[in-house]
Amino acid sequence: MATIRPLSLILSVLSIITLLWPQSGECNNGRRVGEAVDTDFSGFSVPLEHSFEVDDVPRFHLRGALQFRGGRENSVYLSQNQLSEKDRNILKEVAAVDGLYRIRVPRVSLQVDRQTERQSEGYLTAFVRACSLVESHLSDVITLHTDVSGYVIGISIVTIPGSCRGIEVEDEVDLEVFNTTISVVAPVTAPAPETAPYIERMEQEMEKKGKNPQEQKSFFAKYWMYIVPLVLFLMMSGAQDQSGGGAGGGAANGGGR
Amino acid sequence: MAWLVVRLAITVSLLYTASAVFEDQVGKFDWRQQFIGKVRFALFDTHSQASKKLLVATDKNVFASLNSRTGDLFWRHVDKTGPEGHIDALLMYGQDAVVVVGNGRLLRSWETTVGGLKWEAVLDTGSFQAAALVGVQDFVKYVAVLKKSAISLHDLSSGSQIWVENLPDSDTVQYQTIYSGGNGLVFVLGFVPNSHIVIVEYKIEDGEIMKKKSVEAAWMSSLENSCAVISSGILLCVDQITQSLYTLPLQSAEQTEMRQIHLQTLDLEVASGFPPVLTSTQPNPAQPPLAEFFLQLSPDHHILLQLKDGLIAPLRDFNPSYLAAFATSGEKTVAAVMSPKNDTACSINLFSADTGRRHLDTTIIYHMDPNGGKPNRLYVHAFLKKDDSVGYRVMVQTEDLTLTFLQQPGRVVWMREEALADVVTMEMVDLPLTGTQAELEGEFGKKADGLLPMVLKRLSSQFILLQAWMAHLWKLFYDARKPRSSVKNEVTIDTLSRDEFNLQKMMVMVTASGKLFGIDSKSGTILWKQYLENIQPNSIFKLIVQRTTAHFPHPPQCTLLIKDKDTGLGSLYVFNPIFGKKSHISVPALPRPVLQTLLLPVIDQDYAKVLLLIDDQYKVTAFPSTKNVLQQLQDTASSIFFYLVDTSQGKLSGFRLRMDLSTELIWEVVIPTEVQKIVAVKGKRANEHVHSQGRVMGDRSVLYKYLNPNLLAVITESTDTHQERSFVGIFLIDGVTGRIVHEAVQRKARGPVHFVHSENWVVYVYWNSKFRRNEFSVLELFEGAELYNSTVFSSLDRPHPPQVLQQSYIFPAPISTLEATLTEKGITSRHLLVGLPSGNILSLPKMFLDPRRPEVVSEQSREENLIPYAPEMPIRTEWFINYNQTVSRVRGIYTAPSGLESTCLVVAYGLDIYQTRVFPSKQFDVLKDDYDYVLISSVLFGLFFATMISKRLAEVKLLNRAWR
Repeated sequence: MATIRPLSLILSVLSIITLLWPQSGECNNGRRVGEAVDTDFSGFSVPLEHSFEVDDVPRFHLRGALQFRGGRENSVYLSQNQLSEKDRNILKEVAAVDGLYRIRVPRVSLQVDRQTERQSEGYLTAFVRACSLVESHLSDVITLHTDVSGYVIGISIVTIPGSCRGIEVEDEVDLEVFNTTISVVAPVTAPAPETAPYIERMEQEMEKKGKNPQEQKSFFAKYWMYIVPLVLFLMMSGAQDQSGGGAGGGAANGGGR
Repeated sequence: MAWLVVRLAITVSLLYTASAVFEDQVGKFDWRQQFIGKVRFALFDTHSQASKKLLVATDKNVFASLNSRTGDLFWRHVDKTGPEGHIDALLMYGQDAVVVVGNGRLLRSWETTVGGLKWEAVLDTGSFQAAALVGVQDFVKYVAVLKKSAISLHDLSSGSQIWVENLPDSDTVQYQTIYSGGNGLVFVLGFVPNSHIVIVEYKIEDGEIMKKKSVEAAWMSSLENSCAVISSGILLCVDQITQSLYTLPLQSAEQTEMRQIHLQTLDLEVASGFPPVLTSTQPNPAQPPLAEFFLQLSPDHHILLQLKDGLIAPLRDFNPSYLAAFATSGEKTVAAVMSPKNDTACSINLFSADTGRRHLDTTIIYHMDPNGGKPNRLYVHAFLKKDDSVGYRVMVQTEDLTLTFLQQPGRVVWMREEALADVVTMEMVDLPLTGTQAELEGEFGKKADGLLPMVLKRLSSQFILLQAWMAHLWKLFYDARKPRSSVKNEVTIDTLSRDEFNLQKMMVMVTASGKLFGIDSKSGTILWKQYLENIQPNSIFKLIVQRTTAHFPHPPQCTLLIKDKDTGLGSLYVFNPIFGKKSHISVPALPRPVLQTLLLPVIDQDYAKVLLLIDDQYKVTAFPSTKNVLQQLQDTASSIFFYLVDTSQGKLSGFRLRMDLSTELIWEVVIPTEVQKIVAVKGKRANEHVHSQGRVMGDRSVLYKYLNPNLLAVITESTDTHQERSFVGIFLIDGVTGRIVHEAVQRKARGPVHFVHSENWVVYVYWNSKFRRNEFSVLELFEGAELYNSTVFSSLDRPHPPQVLQQSYIFPAPISTLEATLTEKGITSRHLLVGLPSGNILSLPKMFLDPRRPEVVSEQSREENLIPYAPEMPIRTEWFINYNQTVSRVRGIYTAPSGLESTCLVVAYGLDIYQTRVFPSKQFDVLKDDYDYVLISSVLFGLFFATMISKRLAEVKLLNRAWR
C-alpha cells in the first residue's frame, strides 16, 4: 500500500502536467495551434492504456496510441506494441484465475475545432475477461462511441470468439501481437415518420386505379352473370334442401373476401 | 381521399384485432374509484335542511360535491395541475359557490346542484391574499377579492366587476385580511411587520376610501391565524411573546392604540413554541360575527372565550382537546370540540356557542384507526331537529388523508381514503392458497417420517379435499337457486384465497403520504391499510416483493425502501402484503445514502430473495444477511454486476461485487452534460417471459431476436432547447459490460419522453418540435439469421453487435404514460397501453409498432402478416379499454400476468384508480360467457342414446335375420 500511494501521487502529478501543457501552449499562440494541426492533417493521438493484474486492482499502463485523423469520417488508427514476455505470463496467470483485462482512454473530443476543450478529466473504461482474450489469441474489437458533438462517451472491447472454454494456449507467439479492429461509432439519426413517400405512393396507386376503371368494379358487378343463374337454380332446387343453400351462402361469403 | 382509402384498407385488414367491451360486460371485471385528494376547504350546504351536498376543494386542484349520506361524488371538476389550477378560496352562499383559482387569476361561480359554471371572471394579476363575501342590508350581493396591491369587488350574480382600487402603500404594507360586517363598508387589514397595523375602509358602492388609519403594533409578525374580527367589528389579536390579547374597534376614531389584555389575567398561558390560533365565526356575511371565539393555546388545548362590554371572559376551557370548530344552523351557532377519550377513541361534543353549555346527548365517539394517523381537521354539519334542538354530523380528516363522516352516537356513515389520489408505486401479489390447498402443499413440503404416518397423512388430506369439494358443490347448488344479485359475497381478509386462474390478486399500493394499502383487485375493496408516520413529503419509494405467496408455510414478504430525496438516507419497512402486518425481521440500518437497489435471484433458506443495497461509498448491504446468504453471495460474487447512474455528471458506471461485499468499478460511460442530460434509464422487467426466440420470415427463415436481459435503455434530452437543434438521444447499454449496443439521435425532438423497454424492443414517444406533434418510435434488435449461442445468454460472450431496425410514426394525441401488457408465458401478442390526458387508456397492438412494416407490400410481407407502413398511428375508440370510465390525470399503468395466458391484469392510477383485464389476443384459452353448455351436453347425450338405441335395434335386426 505504501508503495502504491507515492506512485499514484506521481501519476496524478504527471497527468496534471500533461493537462497543463496544451493549455499553456494555447495561451501563447491562440488559435494558430489548432489551425496548424488541421492543415497538418496529423490529427492527434490519445493513449490507450490497459491493466491486467492477478490481484485485480487496476494498475494501468500504456498499450498503444490511438491516432485520430480529423475530417469527415472519424478514422482512427491504433499503434501498439507487442506484449512483453513478462506481460504475457501475467496475462496467462490472470486468465487462469478468471481475472479481468481492462482498458481505458481519457475523455476527449474528436472535433478538431474543439481542441481547446478537447480533454476533460476522467477516463472511460471497459473490460473483457482475460481468459477470452487469451483464448482468442489477442484478437479484439475496440469501439469508441461518440455523441453528437464528437465527444467520446464510451469505449467497448470484445474478443472474437468471446467464450472461455478453458483451452490452453501453448504457443507463445499467439500472445505477442494484438490483432485489433478499432472503429469510431457516431450516433445514427433515428428516422422520422415518412409522410412524403407515403403520400406519393398513395397518389400513384390512385392514379393507377383511375386509369383502368375495369378493375374498380366490385366482385358482384363482374360476375353477376354467373351468380344470378346459380342463385336462381339453388332457389328452385333448394326448396326442400335448406342446408344445401346455407352451405352455398357460406361459400359465396368466402369468395367475397 | 387517399388517406380515407388507406385507413379503410387498414381497418379491413385489421378487423380481427379489434376488441372492445360489450355492454353487458361493463363492470364485470373492471372497477374504477374516483378520488379528490387532501381536502383544503369543505363547506356543507346549509341552504336547505334536506340538502346532502358537501362542497370540497382540495390540494389536487379538484373542486367537487360529495353526497354527505354516502360519500359518493355528485360531480367533480378537475382543474389544471400546479399553481395554475390551485384553488385559493372557496366561499358559498345559497346555491352558489365562488372559487378563486390560480393565485387569484380567475373568479368562478358554480351552481352547486349540478356543478355547472355560472360565470367566470378574469382578475388582474397580483398574488392572492384573501376573499370574502360582502353583504349589504342582510343580503349578500358581492364578493371582494384582496390581492397584494389591489382590492376588487364583484357582483355575485353576474361576476361583473363593480370596482377595483389600488391599495395605499402596498409596497411596504402587507395586506392580508378583508372584513365586512354588512354595514356598507369593507375593511382591508394590513400590517408592517413589527411596526404597525393599517386599516383601510372602503365604501361598497364606489370603492372610495372612507378612512385610513395606522395603529401601533410593534409585536406583530403575522395577521393570519393570530388575528380575527369578532363582535361588531372588533379586531382581536393574540401574541405569543407578550402573552397577550389585543383588541381594537375597527371603526372607532378615538382609540389609536390597541388595548392589551394579558393572558395572565385570564389565567391562561400559551405553550412555548406554539403559535396561538384564533378562530371566530361569522354565520352570515351580511351580519357582524359573533362575540365568541376559540383560542388555541397548545396543540391539545382550546378555550372558548367571549367578548362582552369590552371585557374578555372565558366561557369554557377544553383541556385536553384536539380540534374545535363552529357550525351554524338557522339562528343557532354551536361549537364542536374533539377531546381524547382513551388511547384509541376520541369523543366529540357539542356546546352552545353563546354560553358554552354542553348540549345533552350529543356525544359522538370517534374511534381512531390504530394503523392510521391523528385527526387534524374537523368539519361540522349542524342541523335543526324537529324538536328545534340542534343535531350534527361531523367529517374528520386525519393526517393520513382519511375522511370519516360520523353521526351520533358514533356510527361511521362513510369513509374515503383520499391518500389513494396520489399513488406512487404498486405491486400485485398472488393471494395465498386456500386452507385445503395449503394442507396438500404442506404434506409434500414436510420431511418423511415413516411409511404408515405418510399413508395416514395422505388419506386424511384426501378426505379433507373431498370434504371441501362437497362443500363447494353444495354451495354452488345453493347459490344457483338464489337470484343472482344476492349472491354477491363480501371479500374479507379471512376469505381471501386464490381463484382458479389467479385472476384475483392483492394490489399493494404505496401513496405519497406514506400510507400503504392492500386492495382486492377483483372488487376494489380495501382489505388493509397502514400509515407510516414521519415520512418526509418528498420521499422516494421503492416496493420490492422479496418472497411471493408460493413458499407455504413462509408468509409472503414485501419490502418498502423509503428514501429521503434531499439527504438520500433510506429506511426499510418489511411487511406481509396479504395482511399488511409489519414483519418482525431485523432490518439492516442504513447509515449512508442508498444509491441503488438490486433484487437478486439468490434466495435464502426461507425462500426470500436477497436484496442488495449499495451506498454512496459503493459498499453493499445484503438483506436478509444470514450466513447462508453471505455464503451464497461469496460464491456468486464474481457474476453479480450492477450499474449506477449519476445524472448530474452524466455518468453511468458499472460495478462488480467482490467476495467481501465491497465492489470494484469495471466500466464507465460518460455522456457530457453540456450537450445532453440523462432523463431516464430503464431495464427490463424481471418477471417478463419471451416465448419465441425469433420471428419467422416470409421465406421461412428465422430472424432471431436479440434478447439481452441486462440491456438498459438510456434516454437523454439535449440542453439546447431551440426547436431546430434540440434532440432526444437513445442509448442502449449493456448493464454488465458497459458496451454501447446502439446509439441513436432523434433530431428536432424534445421531451417529455415516455418509453417502454421489453423483449427485444424499445418504444418511445417524444414531441417533434418542428412539426409540433407527438411521435412514436420503435427500435427492434435482432441477432440475425443465426444465434451466436442458443443455449444461454451471457453479456460477456456476445461479441457481434445486433442489427437494429427502427421506424417512427405520428401519434395524433398527447400522452401521459406508457406501459406494455405482460402475460404469464409471453405467448400472447403484446399491446401497448397508452394513458392519454383525456383519461382514456388506449390498448395499441404492438404489431402497429413494428419496424419491419414494409413501404411496399410484397408477397413475403403478406405472408408475415405485416401491415403496410402508414405514417399515422390510428386511434380507434374500441381500443379504449376503459370505455367511458376515464382515469383523471393518469400517472402510471401497472400490468401483471394472471394464471391465464390470454389475460393481463391492468391497473391505471392517477387521481383515480381503474382496474381491468385485457386480452391482447382475445380469450383464446377461455370459453365464452354465453357458451351454450345445455345445447352441447344435450347434443352429446342425444347422440350417445341414439347410438345405444340404434345399436340395440341393429342387434335385434341381425338376430331376426339370423333366425330367418
